[in-house]
Amino acid sequence: MVLIYIDQDDQEIKKASFEAISYGAALAKQLGTSAEALLLGTVKDNVSDLGKYGASKVHQLNNIALNNFDASVHANVVAAAAKLLGATVLIFAHNINGRAIAPAVAVKLSAGIVTGACALPNTDTGFVVTKTVFSGKAFASIQIDTPVKVISINQNSFGVVVGDGTATIQHIDTPVPASKIKITATDKIKGEVPLTEANLVVSGGRGLKGPEHWGILLDLAKSLGASTACSRPVSDADWRPHHEHVGQTGIQIAPNLYIAIGISGAIQHLAGVNRSKTIVVINKDPEAPFFKAADYGVVGDAFEIVPALTAAILKSKAGA
Amino acid sequence: MKILVCISKTPDTTAKIAFTEGNTKFDENGVQWIINPYDEWYSLVKAIVLKEKDPGVIIHLITVGGSDTEPIIRKALALGGDEAIRVNNTNTDSMVVAQEIAAIAKEGAYDLILTGKETIDYNSASIGSMLCALLDTTFIPNAIALDINGTTALVKREIDGGEESCETSLPIILSCQKGMAEQRIPNMRGIMAARTKPLKVVEASIHNATTAIKKFDMPPPKSGVKLVDAGNMDELVRLLKEEAKVI
Ligand SMILES: Cc1cc2nc3c(=O)[nH]c(=O)nc-3n(C[C@H](O)[C@H](O)[C@H](O)COP(=O)(O)OP(=O)(O)OC[C@H]3O[C@@H](n4cnc5c(N)ncnc54)[C@H](O)[C@@H]3O)c2cc1C
Repeated sequence: MVLIYIDQDDQEIKKASFEAISYGAALAKQLGTSAEALLLGTVKDNVSDLGKYGASKVHQLNNIALNNFDASVHANVVAAAAKLLGATVLIFAHNINGRAIAPAVAVKLSAGIVTGACALPNTDTGFVVTKTVFSGKAFASIQIDTPVKVISINQNSFGVVVGDGTATIQHIDTPVPASKIKITATDKIKGEVPLTEANLVVSGGRGLKGPEHWGILLDLAKSLGASTACSRPVSDADWRPHHEHVGQTGIQIAPNLYIAIGISGAIQHLAGVNRSKTIVVINKDPEAPFFKAADYGVVGDAFEIVPALTAAILKSKAGA
Repeated sequence: MKILVCISKTPDTTAKIAFTEGNTKFDENGVQWIINPYDEWYSLVKAIVLKEKDPGVIIHLITVGGSDTEPIIRKALALGGDEAIRVNNTNTDSMVVAQEIAAIAKEGAYDLILTGKETIDYNSASIGSMLCALLDTTFIPNAIALDINGTTALVKREIDGGEESCETSLPIILSCQKGMAEQRIPNMRGIMAARTKPLKVVEASIHNATTAIKKFDMPPPKSGVKLVDAGNMDELVRLLKEEAKVI
C-alpha cells in the first residue's frame, strides 16, 4: 500500500498534499496497489474530498495535540501508523514539514529514502527515483534497495490531478508522545500564497535600483494574482523580506510562470528558478545571461516595460 | 554547553556541473570545493556567536568523508570551533552519513547539534531529521533565530508563508538557514590557529547503504528565447495566454 502524508497548517490541508496524493495514486496504480492517506490532527476541510486526488481511504488520528507540528512527535506517529497499516511506500510533499519528518520516518522504518523527487519512480527493474540535484542544475536517478521506501516530492513537479472519487475515513489510534516544544507565536503573512506553492511569480533584482521602486512590480503581481520574489542582493540589502529570496541559497521554486525583472541571471539565481515552466526576462542588457535561460525576453528599461505589461494584462482581463 | 556543527564539502556555487563514467559520477575536474554555504554561514557562525557570548561553550565540528575533506574542515576551524572530527566514510547515502554522525553525537553528549538547511549538491535536507530519529532528540527545521537561556532554547523557524516562535529545552537539533547568523570571513589569526587545532579521524563503522545513484542527467536545453518588442506588451500577453498557456 502507498501511504501519503497529509500536511496541514492551521487546520487547513496544504495544496502540496493534494499533489502528493496525486503522485501517490499514480504510483499505486503503477504498482497495482491502493493509495491511502494519513492525516494527523483535525482539519476544517472535508476530509473525504481527498478522494478527488486519488486516495481511496484517509486514516485520521484526530488528536488535537497533533495540530501543532513537532517533527519528532509527528515522525513517531507516522512511523507507527505506517507499520500498523502495512505501508510499503510512503509519500511526503518536499515542503518544510515534509522535509522535517520524511527522513526521520525512513530511519524508524529502516527504509531507503529519496527526497526532492521530480517524477514517478521507474519500477521496471528495481525502484529508481529521479530527483533534482545541484539545486536544480541536474537530475540524479537513485535506486532504493530496501523493502519499505520513502519519497518526498518537489512541489509543482507532478501537478495536482483532480478526479471525482470520495475517500472513506478511518480513525486510527496510535499513541501520541508528548511534545517538548511550546509554540509561543506564529507570524503569518496574511492573504499571500507561499512562494513555494505559487503558480505565478514576479521577481525583482538589483536592476530596480531601490525598494522605493517596487510599486511597479507589486502592481504587475497584483494584476496577475502572482506572488513576489527577489534576487539575493535585494534581500541582503533589506529591500525585500528574506523569505522572498530565491536561488541556490534561498528557496527553490517551480511555478508555471516566472517573470524576472532587472535580474542578471547569475548561476546561483538560476538554480532556484530554472524548473519554472515558462520564464520571462525583462532586462535592459541584451547580453544578460538570463536571456539564455528564458522562454520570452524583453530588452529594455523595466521602468517603462513593467507598467506597460501590467496595463496590457489588465486590458486583456477586462476584454476576456 | 557543547555544540556539534555538521560540516559538508560541496562544489563551489559556480562550479560547472558535468558527469563522467557514463554519467554515473560527478566530474570533479577543475571543481573548487567549499564548505556547504548553509553549514558555514548559518550553523558554524551561529555556534561561534554563542561561544563569543559564553566562553565556556565548546564547539566540535564533524564531517563524514575522505581525506579530501580536510582542507574544508581546516577552513571551518579557521572561522572558529575547538576541534574537528572526520569520520572516514566516503559513502554519500544520507542514512549512512546520519548514522555515523549519530554515533559520534551519542558519545559526545552534545546540548546542541546544528546542520545546514540542506547541502547545495545533493539537496537531501535529511541529516537533521534523521538525527532526530536516531538520537530521539527534539528537531526544529529551518531555524532562523536561536537564543539560549540556561537549558531553555528559544527558536524561531520558517513555516510555509511565515514564521513560528517556540520554546523548548536542550538538547536539540536545528537545521539552520538565512537569519541565524551573518556570513563571516576567516582572519589571519584564525587561519594560523586552525593549523594546530585537533582534527581527529574516526574509522567508518556503517557500510550498508540504503540507496545507490544509478545515473545523472542534465536538464534538456531551452529551445531559445523568443524576444518581444518592448513597445508591444499586448503581444507578450498574447504569447503567455495562447502559446505558453500560463495566464
Ligand atoms: C555562494 C553564493 C550563493 C549565492 N546564492 C544566490 C541565490 O540564492 N540567489 C541569488 O539571486 N543570488 C545568489 N548569489 C548572488 C549571485 O551570484 C548574483 O550576484 C545575484 O543573483 C545578482 O543579483 P541581481 O541579478 O539582482 O543583480 P545584478 O547582477 O546586479 O543584475 C542587475 C540586472 O539588472 C539589469 N538592469 C539594470 N537596470 C535596469 C533597468 N532599468 N531595466 C531593466 N533591467 C535593468 C542589469 O542589466 C543587470 O542584468 C549567490 C552568490 C554566491 C557567491
